[in-house]
Amino acid sequence: MNEIAQSGEATSEHIGDVVIDVRNLDTHYGARKILDDVSFEVEKGEIFVILGGSGSGKSTLLRHLIGLHIPSSGSIRIFGKETAGIDEEEWQPLRRRMGVLFQGGALFNSLTVGGNVALPLREYTDLPESTIGIQVRLKLGQVGLAGFENLMPDQLSGGMKKRAGLARAIAMDPEVLFFDEPSAGLDPIAGAGLDELILQLRDTFGMTIVVVTHEMESVKRIADRVIMLFQGEAEAVGTLDEVKKVDHPKVQQFFERTPDKGHTDPAEYLEYLTAGGGREF
Amino acid sequence: MTLGRVTIHAVSAIHQAAGLAREVAYWTFIAPWTRERSGIRWESVIHQGVRIGWDAIFIVAVITFFVGMISALQSASLLRQFGQLLLMANAVALSMTRELGPLLTAIIVAGRSGSAFTAEIGSMKMAEEVDALTAMGLNPVHFLMVPRVVAMVIAVPTLTLIADFMGIFGGWLLAVSVVDLGSLQYIRHTIGAIDMGDVMRGLTKSFIFGCLIAMTGCYLGIQAEGGSEGVGRSTTNSVVISIFLIVLANLAFTAFFYMVE
Repeated sequence: MNEIAQSGEATSEHIGDVVIDVRNLDTHYGARKILDDVSFEVEKGEIFVILGGSGSGKSTLLRHLIGLHIPSSGSIRIFGKETAGIDEEEWQPLRRRMGVLFQGGALFNSLTVGGNVALPLREYTDLPESTIGIQVRLKLGQVGLAGFENLMPDQLSGGMKKRAGLARAIAMDPEVLFFDEPSAGLDPIAGAGLDELILQLRDTFGMTIVVVTHEMESVKRIADRVIMLFQGEAEAVGTLDEVKKVDHPKVQQFFERTPDKGHTDPAEYLEYLTAGGGREF
Repeated sequence: MTLGRVTIHAVSAIHQAAGLAREVAYWTFIAPWTRERSGIRWESVIHQGVRIGWDAIFIVAVITFFVGMISALQSASLLRQFGQLLLMANAVALSMTRELGPLLTAIIVAGRSGSAFTAEIGSMKMAEEVDALTAMGLNPVHFLMVPRVVAMVIAVPTLTLIADFMGIFGGWLLAVSVVDLGSLQYIRHTIGAIDMGDVMRGLTKSFIFGCLIAMTGCYLGIQAEGGSEGVGRSTTNSVVISIFLIVLANLAFTAFFYMVE
């Protein structure tokens, strides 16, 4: 961890403003380290981006934050409550204050779009159906899908599925919203549209938003602060400009979008190909 | 080495399946009374019941009707040698209610619905829908599995009753049309041969078969890995393992009653 991350830790004094507080998080599958001593905080009302390449551990980190995967060690405090070692029942009150948009939208195919959005309302509230109907139309309107409530999920495009998934995620007016790769698989226009929605949710409702992504264009547009993961280690935490200045080869490589060095020397590559003289095959 | 690994794998799979079964039992029998908003989702049970039971009535009826005819023919050719042709009514009634009705129904349902459980839950897992349920605070066992298991253990015995009836009906039709036995006589013999104990034991068996099919389907679905190919593999396994377990349970059950009697 570098000096920016440490300056980030200084904010822990205003504990009231910290929604998510991660300390010394470690995760390994067998001997393989996935996350190594990761610490950061997410403050209320900010858009916090978890940035990293494939295999950097960013998806695992998200799964820890939303309670789908238990870390090997370390602490995650959400709304001030320690989540390490709590059971599903203790997660319940936290989950109702959180919304998650999964990569493909994760809509339930057996329910209509409206049924999907209504599901958390039907399960957690005693609202009459007419009120739920109003809520559903309201939430779908917010994500730009007004009038789509009676369609089935497989009648929607990829971008629309994500929007519908977002409508479901915000159905219970969560305080924190998690996005897993919001722009993955979307064309630039749909991706940009989703970015605008994320900004709107933060600005209009003051939601705290955590986004996992590797899409630099999107990060530039939405991120208040970012954490840069590389092979499970947090290389930098801070604003995008701060992180960009961090003197770490992998961080620089990520921002400059340069490929890993491969077998670029033809003679060396030929040697690699002929190693073993083909006897083994 | 390989044998050891297979054993470890099998033991851990049984352990996990038992854990899942315990959870299903908790959400079926305990949670509805002890937790808020945890009642069995009857709407979902009915939806599944229609798919498992109602939609299978035709195929179960047709297959067991033919099997009833087959067993009537088989027993006729044997019993004729002893001049006891009328006993074929007993043979059909006994074999259908004790063995063929429950077994055939279970195998048909395993192929139709056990596989569907695996495919549905498996693809929901791949599409992160199962994670989405958990993240919403909705328990996947309560939401996806309990309705399927409950519907299954109601549907399989019900279908078995239909199977018993259709098999006997098939036997009767063959007896009166091909073998030329008197219709009333045959029916009287059949009624005399049907032992309510046999029928009940058959239904108890089919209840157990239903549990096995549903649990295998759900377990392999939730354990599926490796994208759509993995779901396909799990679906095949679901049918194979279900049928294997059905036959194994049948053997255990039959042996148990043989020894008790």
